[in-house]
Amino acid sequence: MTEPAARAVATPKPRRDLDRAVVRFAGDSGDGMQLTGEQFTIEAAVAGSDIATLPNFPAEIRAPAGTLFGVSSFQLQFGSQRVYTPGDHLDCLVAMNPAALKVHLGDLKTGGLLVVNTQAFDKRNLDKAGYTSNPLDDPALAERYRLHKVDMTALTVQAIQDLALDTKEKNRTKNFFALGLVSWIYTRPLDSTLEWIKRKFAKNPLIAEANTRVLKAGHAFGETAEIFSEHYQVEPAEMAPGLYRAMTGNRALAWGLLAAAERSKLPIVYGAYPITPASGILEELAMHKRFRIRTIQAEDEIAAVTAAIGASFGGAIGVTASSGPGIALKGEGIGLAVTAELPLVIFDVQRGGPSTGLPTKTEQADLMQALYGRNSESPIVVLAPATPGDCFYVAYEAVRIAVKYMVPVMVLSDGFLANGSEPWPIPDPSTLPPIDIHFRTEQEGFFPYLRDPATLGRPWVRPGTPGLEHRIGGIEKQDVTGNISYDPDNHDHMVRTRAEKVRRVAQEIPPTSINGPATGDLVVVGWGGTYGAITAATERAQLEGKSVASVHLRHLNPLPPDLGHILREYRRVLVPEINSGQLVRVLRAEYLVDAVGFNRVRGLPLATDEIYEALTQLLEGQA
Amino acid sequence: MSATTGAGPTQAPKYTKKDFESDQDVRWCPGCGDYAILSAVQKSMPDLGIPKENIVFISGIGCSSRFPYYMNTYGFHTIHGRAPALATGLRVARPDLKVFVVTGDGDGLSIGGNHLLHLLRRNVNLTVLLFNNRIYGLTKGQYSPTSELGKVTKSTPMGSADRPVYPVAFALGCGATFVARTVDRHIAHMEETIKRAAAHKGTAFVEILQNCNVYNDLAWNVMYDKEQRLAHELRLEHGKPLLFGPVDDRRALVMDGLNPTVVSAKDTPADRLWIHDESNANAAKLLADLFAPDYPVPVGVFTAVNAPVYEEILMEQEQRAMSERGAGDIAKLLTSGDTWKIE
Repeated sequence: MTEPAARAVATPKPRRDLDRAVVRFAGDSGDGMQLTGEQFTIEAAVAGSDIATLPNFPAEIRAPAGTLFGVSSFQLQFGSQRVYTPGDHLDCLVAMNPAALKVHLGDLKTGGLLVVNTQAFDKRNLDKAGYTSNPLDDPALAERYRLHKVDMTALTVQAIQDLALDTKEKNRTKNFFALGLVSWIYTRPLDSTLEWIKRKFAKNPLIAEANTRVLKAGHAFGETAEIFSEHYQVEPAEMAPGLYRAMTGNRALAWGLLAAAERSKLPIVYGAYPITPASGILEELAMHKRFRIRTIQAEDEIAAVTAAIGASFGGAIGVTASSGPGIALKGEGIGLAVTAELPLVIFDVQRGGPSTGLPTKTEQADLMQALYGRNSESPIVVLAPATPGDCFYVAYEAVRIAVKYMVPVMVLSDGFLANGSEPWPIPDPSTLPPIDIHFRTEQEGFFPYLRDPATLGRPWVRPGTPGLEHRIGGIEKQDVTGNISYDPDNHDHMVRTRAEKVRRVAQEIPPTSINGPATGDLVVVGWGGTYGAITAATERAQLEGKSVASVHLRHLNPLPPDLGHILREYRRVLVPEINSGQLVRVLRAEYLVDAVGFNRVRGLPLATDEIYEALTQLLEGQA
Repeated sequence: MSATTGAGPTQAPKYTKKDFESDQDVRWCPGCGDYAILSAVQKSMPDLGIPKENIVFISGIGCSSRFPYYMNTYGFHTIHGRAPALATGLRVARPDLKVFVVTGDGDGLSIGGNHLLHLLRRNVNLTVLLFNNRIYGLTKGQYSPTSELGKVTKSTPMGSADRPVYPVAFALGCGATFVARTVDRHIAHMEETIKRAAAHKGTAFVEILQNCNVYNDLAWNVMYDKEQRLAHELRLEHGKPLLFGPVDDRRALVMDGLNPTVVSAKDTPADRLWIHDESNANAAKLLADLFAPDYPVPVGVFTAVNAPVYEEILMEQEQRAMSERGAGDIAKLLTSGDTWKIE
């Protein structure tokens, strides 16, 4: 039944922590990059970061505009911990013209954030920078980096259209657009810069007004375009040999579905309503119709999930996705899939809440919603990817489990994973476990709720199969026959059966991998996008000789069968989460262990430092 | 997937009504109009010429939505209001199936109004049967979105404060390509209308005036009472003038400027008569708002036009993507674009 050797498991890799970001502003020497960098430095300092800066400008007071040697740049590194250098590789590059891109692109990390001012990429500037064609038109650029093409010049002029300034004066304020945008991306407050503008241009209120407006316009643009930051990044120290590509979590979820469609030989019907940060999956899938991925941009979240259920009823693989608010709306539909016992895959790309909350900030606070957020007893399988690349395997695994057990499977991604990009070792898809599809066709002895003794799954019948016409629905049904039943004992039996079916998915879970000693003083248990920070904090403690291990859960329901035993092998259990303590409650309830939570709900990924501090305190008995 | 899981034989066997009756006990109240509708649908099925394993009934919640349990076809009794969305997903997955959506005035126009709107504008190829009894029956007698203003019910003891929605006008406003109305007690007309709707390509919307004898008895008495019916029923027939009323007092519906007006038929010159044209959706919109006592009650096909079908466009795009660039290949995709090697 199970294929332990061939399970979809991401390659674990060593990581080093990098709770900081390196940003470089680059443009023409007349673009005001030094001023921009200096102001951003102050903003970052005000926000409590440690900082190191590296201004870099041409010796000429006014080097010829647009040339490679006329490029001026300002780099800074800021972070929550001690920062000793301005950094080697860039997390974010702002390029105001082609020359700046050419000079600095080589320093940008794969998957880094690249913001360019598109208007400067005209024939003249491209020639001066030595580009024979526009590098922004090369799809490889957007694949390797998280590219944001912004017409900063036009947006700047629009923001101050009515002010009595000439075009040159207006254009000159565009560096403040860039500053506003980057301040948004890295959540740095604008106050210090607004103050500075007031002081600096006290005698020229018109210029002060223009700079203020443009700064705010850049900031507002970041919010409207919903550009994500990810400055607390943890990266692998050394990479295993192999072929790599850059991968974001959203694309990996989409490609995992493509792999599942190909392997199962079934069409996937993907119902979704646009919502940040999940829309990228819909957009990605819509480009791959030749995999028989049929995307429906539904009228609302409820239609999205019910269309997916209709597709599963028809013998395709129904998938829907959203973020927390949309998942709340889908709850009744998911319950229908639970009782109709149809395969359904649901992606929840979590964001800050409640309600609209923080649409562009990450959070892990939908775990309880995933486990319990439906009326009555409606258990589903819940999985969580640990890294952007891991989303590929988890999406595939979700489909495999959903069709094998005839059960809804929810995947908890988050804004950090969705938009985060990492160098990803390209897998050989033939090594993925098979997705076996069995549509029932034999009439002899058929009942809609007959059960497979191993999985408890019921038969999947494609409408169109002669002699197997049957009706299913949301009303409680008698086991086996599927006829409507209000019998109290049957209901009790069905509640238990649906729960047991989900519980049996535990037979798909490989032995839990422990990072560190199998027994000791402390185990750190995490799930989802905190994987990197938890692993780095644990490894730092281990280097210092502390008796600490970490365990990262991909299966949240059912939990790994060996987990209870593992937790009891340590004196203390620490559970860091970006919520107010959800997994920790589950673990306490499930295993009666005195697990302790470490919880920060700031819309930001957890930092290695803070986890390290929490585990140290717990070890020292201070927590 | 084996060949036997396909759409089955293309030639339907000779069916009778009995072939479409399921083994389930029908649980509507005695005297409910739904019995007549069920019978008419079961009687219409053999004439569709479709193998019954290729027919699917999808419903939401409400009295009408119990319907699929009683049809010996594939069926899915889903959740309140969402049948149109679920059926859309089904059609996208399986454009080879004949799909019916059974809904009511509350299910289709209140909780599911949004889905019905988008189903109709997308023109998904399926048939919607909306049973309109102007009341919530399953929840025991609250007013519905089609109840008349001032309706006194358990939830509105002093009368309802919201104006009703008219299903035919709603459907036409959503861009429906086939809109018809029929009555639960007019068996032959009901069967004829259902068959025409089922033959339409695109979303066919049929409002069935249905009696709830327990909570809203005789809401459609104008269509039941012999005399009233004779005075008001206007049978819409393509290419024929809009005439109604008893033989000795025949009336004609004509346009007076932009206003539909009732005049005496015998005093009206032939060139002034309003000739019903199913291909004219604008004219249908004028007819949609008419009702007794001031106007006739039109029944039959208001409009039947052709328009692009949602899932056909999706399938065409899929076929085009595959023929232009070949079927998807995940191994190729994974290594496409910007990759690099680490030794």
